[in-house]
Formats: sequence, structure tokens, C-alpha cells
Amino acid sequence: MGFFLETLIGGLMAGMLYSLVALGFVLIFKASGVFNFAQGAMVLFAALAMARFAVWIPAWLGLDSPFLANTIAFLAAGALMFVVAWLVERLVLRHLVNQEGATLLMATLGIAYVLEGVGTSIFGSDVYKIDIGMPKDPVMILEGSFEGGLLINKEDFVAALIAAVLVALLALFFQKTVTGRALRAVADDHQAAQSIGIPLNRIWVIVWCVAGVVALVAGVIWGSKLGVQFSLATVALRGLPVVILGGLTSIPGAIIGGLIIGVGEKLSEVYLGPMIGGGIEIWFAYQLALVFLLFRPQGLFGEKIIDRV
Amino acid sequence: MKLRKLVLTALGTAVVLSSLAAAPAALAQVKEQFFPVLVYRTGAYAANGSQWANGYVDYLKLVNAKGGINGVKISFEECETAYATDRGVECYERLKGKNGGATVFQPLSTGVTFALTEKAPVDKIPLITAGYGRSESQNGAVFTWNFPLLGTYWVGADVAIQHIAKKEGGVAKLKGKKIALVYHDSPYGKEPIPVLQELGKTYGFDVQLLPVAHPGVEQKATWLQIRQQKPDYVLLWGWGVMNSTALREAQSTGYPRDKMIGIWWAGAEPDVKDVAEGAKGYSALTLQHGAEPNSRVVKDMLEQVYAKGQGTGPKAEVGQVLYMRGLLSAMLGVEGVRKAQERFGKGKVMTGEQVRWGLENLNLDQKTLDSMGFAGVMRPVQTSCLDHMGSAWVRVHTWNGSKWEFSSDWYQADEKNLRPMVMLASSKYAEEKKLKPRTPEECKK
Repeated sequence: MGFFLETLIGGLMAGMLYSLVALGFVLIFKASGVFNFAQGAMVLFAALAMARFAVWIPAWLGLDSPFLANTIAFLAAGALMFVVAWLVERLVLRHLVNQEGATLLMATLGIAYVLEGVGTSIFGSDVYKIDIGMPKDPVMILEGSFEGGLLINKEDFVAALIAAVLVALLALFFQKTVTGRALRAVADDHQAAQSIGIPLNRIWVIVWCVAGVVALVAGVIWGSKLGVQFSLATVALRGLPVVILGGLTSIPGAIIGGLIIGVGEKLSEVYLGPMIGGGIEIWFAYQLALVFLLFRPQGLFGEKIIDRV
Repeated sequence: MKLRKLVLTALGTAVVLSSLAAAPAALAQVKEQFFPVLVYRTGAYAANGSQWANGYVDYLKLVNAKGGINGVKISFEECETAYATDRGVECYERLKGKNGGATVFQPLSTGVTFALTEKAPVDKIPLITAGYGRSESQNGAVFTWNFPLLGTYWVGADVAIQHIAKKEGGVAKLKGKKIALVYHDSPYGKEPIPVLQELGKTYGFDVQLLPVAHPGVEQKATWLQIRQQKPDYVLLWGWGVMNSTALREAQSTGYPRDKMIGIWWAGAEPDVKDVAEGAKGYSALTLQHGAEPNSRVVKDMLEQVYAKGQGTGPKAEVGQVLYMRGLLSAMLGVEGVRKAQERFGKGKVMTGEQVRWGLENLNLDQKTLDSMGFAGVMRPVQTSCLDHMGSAWVRVHTWNGSKWEFSSDWYQADEKNLRPMVMLASSKYAEEKKLKPRTPEECKK
């Protein structure tokens, strides 16, 4: 029982991080109807910027404090993500208003390649470290109740906590602010939103900025866990089954979907894996997503698609 | 309209002139020994692949700086594979006939090696796979164009078990032990499994197999299983980010790092430097060499290549583990050409077929290696027509929190265990592919 609980808790914490990545997809899709394939590249780009700025800026300014260095690097990386958002709007999206979804999807694929290439050209392809003081050693709880206790990874716990706070803030932003409502209006219909005076271009910059900040937070957390390197771009792929499961337009869906995928893949690897050769957790998540696509294409919380014929 | 015409004419003229200017250079290249370089400087394994590529290319530059191979200069061209088998094959096809023909291919990927094993005999180009590739390709009677020089994964698996036995106080103490293999779920990661299972039967230890999907960033479930099953040792058969992730997970699940032993592709600086103290005590096998910043070949490199501003990568990485691996791999290819020249004509450009003869008759004794600047870096290598590996020496090095240090004496893989497996697997391959193995008499030709 103790081992099952450990796996379950590990899955929930991993799931929270998947939610964070999935949130990037949901935000942009909600606001612009674009399925942003560049989200993974944005995570990599933001993490590379943070890791390198945390080294370069103290060297330029002669700073000794790691806290100060990390704070300035985080702000600088955030500013860079703003520039990226502005450039994406100026150079890509502005020219694609009212285009087919597939066209916009292809455009984001292009953005992904540009970000990966430019990111590794500017910042290098080495493995970089982000040290924000996350605890690395595990902690044991309930040693009296379970033999050997329950192992909790402190780093995962802190990461899940940060992800949860960010998710809550974003949910509030979308539901309770004027800008949030404007973002949702744009998502529903570009032309209708424009006709009632919502500035489409500004809204797109805002939403790509917010997605950039989400990518930065995800990049910092994953970068601190794994080291900053190209593989971070593939981490975003873990968000795909999450959004399929939870629904592309739902923030709560991203959270619940993340948790289901996190728990599902860990339990499947541990309990089903040994029977069928192991190494199944990645494809298990996609299998689960596939089943949902067959029976509930809009996901758990997505808007039901009704077409008049 | 006139302006457009003018620009087009100017461009056309420039293209014609530049191709005319390039023509003598292309003709000159025919006189050079062409080394295609399959690399991965991008993608999930870039951090590790780049260091290997820098060492490889730098060594070719160093040979040129010293006058070439008996006066024959080396030309080379990189092709990016991103560690993908399809792109590796594409690079092979693109480069095999270029600049007078490829000397040798070194794909740095077991997957690509599997794909090229059937192509190389057709194109008559040798494949050097130093420390990777198909383990049974040691048998040159069947795998006539593959050269897994210095060691195979079967050598690695055998030595890893020898090392564990030594730590435990003898092979008899292995009985009842549990050894987990955390491996990259790819042809590379699966290579050691038959040897471990065979040795497990012989010595009475249990082998637990734990595959990790590419690229290896998610290992939580794997390490929870390790925590539950409590193996006595964990063998790590990873590459790139998988290695550092495994060490981080070991730390976060409390598995002792001094009970972990990695293969030589899981024992370089990019694997541990960011884990730093968290990886302290972790050991890995070496393909003879470790980090060798004080070796003479590295000093030569710094003086004759980097001091002139011709170095490929960062100076600080010269002499690191994967840099040395690339450098040694290039050296083996160059020495194959040098040996071939002894038979087919010094100062001449060698064909792939001639280089194969050179690689099959390689005899790098300690004196030669020392004179080349490899003293303390590696032991002698002697190949033959039937043995394409040439050497099976391994050491173990351990991460002390800031650098790798050798922590064992030399081990040699037990041929008594491995040879029958090599023969069996290679015969099976020959049977499947309807190949007639070469006889010792045919080898003399």
C-alpha cells in the first residue's frame, strides 16, 4: 500500500508539472484559436535565457548574491519573452488574421524551429544549470504507518506547489479581469471581437506574453530538475495528451488532465510495465488520449463542437 | 525591369565565376584523404555529441598540422544526424562518394550502425564503431566491414560484473544478488542484456531490466521501482540527458550513487557536472581513457591547433572524456590509413577497401602509442582479420563531486565468456543474411 501511495503521489506531482506545460497550449488556443506547437521551443528558449543570464548578468554587474542574480535573470528572461511575443505578433500572426487553423498551426511549427535554432545559436547547446535553491534530497513521512515510510521528493513538491499557484492565478486572470474576458472573446470570434472594439493585435501580444511567462516558469522548474538542454523542448510533448484529455479550451481541464496523465503513466509503468516489457509510460499517455479522442473528442472539459449541416 | 535584369545577370555571373574558382579546389581535394564526419550538434543529445565531434575534427586538424598522413592531407565534412537513424543513413548516402570517396564512417550511434552494416559491404567502406555498435561484429569473418575497436557493449557488461564481483569480494559473492539495468530503450541500451542474463545464470545473480524511453527525461516510475525492489547495484546504460536525470532521480529516491555503475557513454562531464555533489561516488566504465587533460596529445592539440585559433570547440573542454573519445576514434581511423599506406603505397590516397586492410592489420603497440602522445591514455590495440575489436581493456573512474578520477586498475573482458556468444550471434547473422564467413586463408589475400 505504501508503494502504491508513493507512486500515486509521484504521479500527482509530475501531473501538476504537465498541467503547467499544457496551460501554455490552452492559453494561446483560448485566446487566438491557434494550437501553438512552439510551446516546447518557448520553454527551451526561456530556460536557456534564464540559465545564461544568471551567469552573464552577475559577471557584467559584479554581483555576488545568487538570489539577486536569479531574480534579475528571471526578469530579463521575462522581458525577452515579451520581445518574442511582440515579434511573433508583428512578423507572423498579424499577417494571418482569419486564416485557417491549419495555416496558423504550420506557422507555429515555423516559430518553433526559429526559436530552437536562434536559442541554441545565442545561448549554446551545452547543458546549463539553473540553481534556484530547490531541495534535492527526499523526505520520509508516515514512517509509523508504512514500512520504510512514504518517500516524498521535496523538489517535485515545491515545483508542484509553484505550478498550482500559477495555475490558480491564471484561472483568476481569465475569469475575473477585463483583459481575460477580452481574451476569451477573441478566441470565440476574431471578427466579432474586433467589431466591438477589442484590439486584436494587442490581445495577441498579451496572450503570447502570458504564455511566454508560463513557458519561463515551466522552463525554470524543469531546467532546475533536468538541467537546461534541448530535451526541454520535448517536455512540452507531455502536455499534448493532457490537453487532449482535459480539453483545449479549459484551464481546469489542463489541471485535471495533467493529474490524470501523471498518475496514469506512473501507475501503468509500475504495474503494467513489467508485464509488457516496460518503458511504456510515454505511449501510455498517448493511448489514453487516443481513447478520449474516440469517445469524447472535445476532452473532459472542452466545449462540445456542434456543426450545423 | 532593367535593374532586375542587371541584378540577375550579376548574380548569374557571380555563380559561374565562383564555380570556376572552386573547380581547381575540388580537383585538389581528390588528392586528399576524405573523412566524412557524422555528428550531432543539435537535438536531445547535442551536449554529448558536440564534444565527441570536436575531438574527432580537432584530431584530423592536428594530423594536418603535423603534415598529414605521410604527406597526404585530410579533408573532412560534417553532416548533422541529430542522433536519428534516418538522418544518419541520409548523411552516409550523401557523403559516401564525395571528394574521391569516403575513407571510413564513424556514425556514433548504434541505431545508425545497425542500418549501415548492410550498406558498408556494398559500398566497400569500413565502419569504425569504437565502443558502440553491434557487439557480435567483433567477428571479422562475418562482419567484414565493421570494426568495434577498443570494446563492445558485451565487453562493458562483462567488466561491469567483474567490477561488482571485485567490490563484493569475488564472483562467489554474486550469488543471490540483484542487479538492475536501467537502459535507454533503443538498440544501444538493449545490447548488454544477453551478456548480463548469461552471466546471471552462471554466477547466480538476478537481472532486473528497466527500460527508459527516449530521451530519458521522465524516470520517476523507474526509480520508484528501484526503491521498491532494492537492487544491490544499478547499471546505467544511458546517453545524454538520460544519465543526469538518472543520477538526479537516484538522489531524490535516496539510492546510493556508489552502487551505480555506468557504461562509458554514461561517464562524461555533461552527465554529472550539473548534478555535482549529488553524483559523488558514481562510477562509470571507461573505454580505456578517461579525462586526459595532461596527456601529450592534448598538449600538442592546444599548441598546434588551439593556439592558432583553429580549435573547433571551447578550449576548456579539450581533454574531457567525450572529447578524448572523439579524438581516439579519429586517431584509429587515421592509423588505419597509415597502416594501409605501408602496403599500398606511402603518400597515396587510400580507398575504403585498402583502409579496411589497414584496420584489419592494425598494430598499435605501447611504444607507438607513447610516441603519438597517448602514453597513459590507452593500451595497445592489435586487430586481425577475424578479430575486429583489437583490445578489451577497461578501467573504472569515479566522480568526486568536481572531476572524474580513476578508481580501479585495468580490467580485461573475459573472452571465455564472450567469445562463444560472439561466435553464436555472428553465425546466426551470417545464416540469416546468407553470408559465407571468411576463412583464415581468405584473410591472407
